[in-house]
Amino acid sequence: MKTQWKISPYLYVLPALLLLFLFRTIPVIMSLVIGFFEWEITGSGSFIGVKNYSTMFADEVFWQSITNTIWFVLFVVPASIVFPLLFASLLNQIKRLKSLFRIMYFLPFVTSMVAVSIVWKIIFAEKAGLANTMLGIVGIAPQKWLAESTGIFQLLANTVNLQLPTWMAGPSLALVSIIIVTIWKGLGYNTIIYLAGLQNIPKDYYEAADIDGASKFKQFFKLTIPLVSPTTFYVLLMTTITSFQAFSQVYLMTDKGGPLNTTKLIVYYIYERGFDALDMGYASAVALFLFVILLLLTILQRRLERHVHY
Amino acid sequence: MTNTLRMSTIYFLLTIFGLFMILPFIWMISTSLMTQSEFNKNEAIFIPKEQYHVWEDGIQSKRILVVMDKGDSTVVHVLNKELKIEQEYLSIPSSQIREVIKKPSLSWDNFKKAFNKVPFGIYFANTLYVSFSSLIGVLLTSFLAAYALARMEFKGKNFIFLLFISMMMVPEPIYLISSYMLLDKLSWLDTYKALIVPWCVNVFTIFLFRQHFKSLPKELFDAAMIDGASTFGMLWRIILPLSKPIIATASVFSLIGSWNSFMWPLVMTNRPELRVLQVGLSYFNQEASTQTTLLMAASTFSIVPILILFFLAQKQIIASAAKTGMKD
Repeated sequence: MKTQWKISPYLYVLPALLLLFLFRTIPVIMSLVIGFFEWEITGSGSFIGVKNYSTMFADEVFWQSITNTIWFVLFVVPASIVFPLLFASLLNQIKRLKSLFRIMYFLPFVTSMVAVSIVWKIIFAEKAGLANTMLGIVGIAPQKWLAESTGIFQLLANTVNLQLPTWMAGPSLALVSIIIVTIWKGLGYNTIIYLAGLQNIPKDYYEAADIDGASKFKQFFKLTIPLVSPTTFYVLLMTTITSFQAFSQVYLMTDKGGPLNTTKLIVYYIYERGFDALDMGYASAVALFLFVILLLLTILQRRLERHVHY
Repeated sequence: MTNTLRMSTIYFLLTIFGLFMILPFIWMISTSLMTQSEFNKNEAIFIPKEQYHVWEDGIQSKRILVVMDKGDSTVVHVLNKELKIEQEYLSIPSSQIREVIKKPSLSWDNFKKAFNKVPFGIYFANTLYVSFSSLIGVLLTSFLAAYALARMEFKGKNFIFLLFISMMMVPEPIYLISSYMLLDKLSWLDTYKALIVPWCVNVFTIFLFRQHFKSLPKELFDAAMIDGASTFGMLWRIILPLSKPIIATASVFSLIGSWNSFMWPLVMTNRPELRVLQVGLSYFNQEASTQTTLLMAASTFSIVPILILFFLAQKQIIASAAKTGMKD
């Protein structure tokens, strides 16, 4: 009885542990090493030291994919916090039809990125696309959307005939189209998380504020936002990590990260180097770079959280 | 501001946002029911309509397609009852052409055409096979591991727990290349194994089950031990029936996850007969890129199973999604 008690716990965790070790731990460890080799698609690699990394740091497309990804994250993350918090605050005040609205907001989250990318690609079609039709209704000239490589700030400046320096042009309209899809897809999930966070705030706080005569507006900024900050940190961390991983929308909506590489996000670049150019070592070096960024961001956000926690 | 006015503003805003969220789906479905020429002409936003001229020569009226207007006379195709061309390039007096008829018409055969254009049947079957196989794997491995983590004391438990958490944090693109090389070494590339076995473990499900086991009363386990039930027998006869709701939730999440997974199967398989639905759909997207209405039809039927699952279990899905964001 006693010996059985000692062995069996390990037998219970063994299947899960074995699979995780083989298909997660080993690949992660491998990815630390692969970048130091030159790999043919199959067969063995030859050690080349940091050559992949030095090539990477001199690679213009790599830096462009980093810039694209930073723009992407800078647009997606704030929007994925502000809109869901707004939706959730509104949802939190109603009783009837609450579940219907939750379903509407959550719907994009459960559908596949492949299917919705195809739909949005056609929404952004230059001819007969819904986006341009809607612009036409409000009297704005049709846009090239996914085919537009000009930065959006430049496009805005064009309307007043202003030429911006290149570094101020901003993400291309094509990338912004991808950003819109990504925000839309994730809104519902974050809304639900915020809704749960809001429901945790004790009602008496608001009652006290009402008695003190604070306006709903003031209550939102002085009470809700600080009290919901643990949720905000969770949403911030998760959305940042997931938006660094965007791939399917680029694969399906663009022509290999075009136009002019302006929609090439880092994970798409990893895929392209690895499985189009068949340069596994180089692709793995880029993947490791991404891993380091994500690790640093996670650590940074955890530190920040400790300081700002209410 | 009065309360009624405030509430109506809130409902108004929620409705506007809600419509924006589902607008792409409405447009997808409506486009999937248009003919390609209706779509190209951009005349049939949201409600597909068929449009015909009618030729009335005093004896009979027939539906026609106008080919060329020559002033006094017009060149037309005459259509039969099934709206197929009966007579081509007929010149008739323009005065006999009556006004345009518009009526809603839905091209349901877009779905049939899209489904038969590429072997979507095989893609569906592959997806079902892969999804349910890995679901069984996930449930088994998670149930056992979670039980040990929640209810047993053993050396190295904390380490194992930590290992699970850290593996959950590593995103898929990081180990995609190395996994490809590993599966290559195992000669698993281009097999169902590559799609199923690595996804037979799910840390999220382990945590979900562990939380559930911890919430069950301790007396239940003690009573079973006194009864002389073996640990495994107890798990099977007592814990399993009590865990049905949580198993249902985990299953729905697992099914949605594997149904929608794309990057992994795209990379790990190459043979067309191994394509899962998402990969098949992405190839269809390349092959039929100009056939908008067929693409929309294919997108629609590819998400229908998940939508049904979502509507059946939306309460549980939304509740568990909320829980994962909560701190305990």
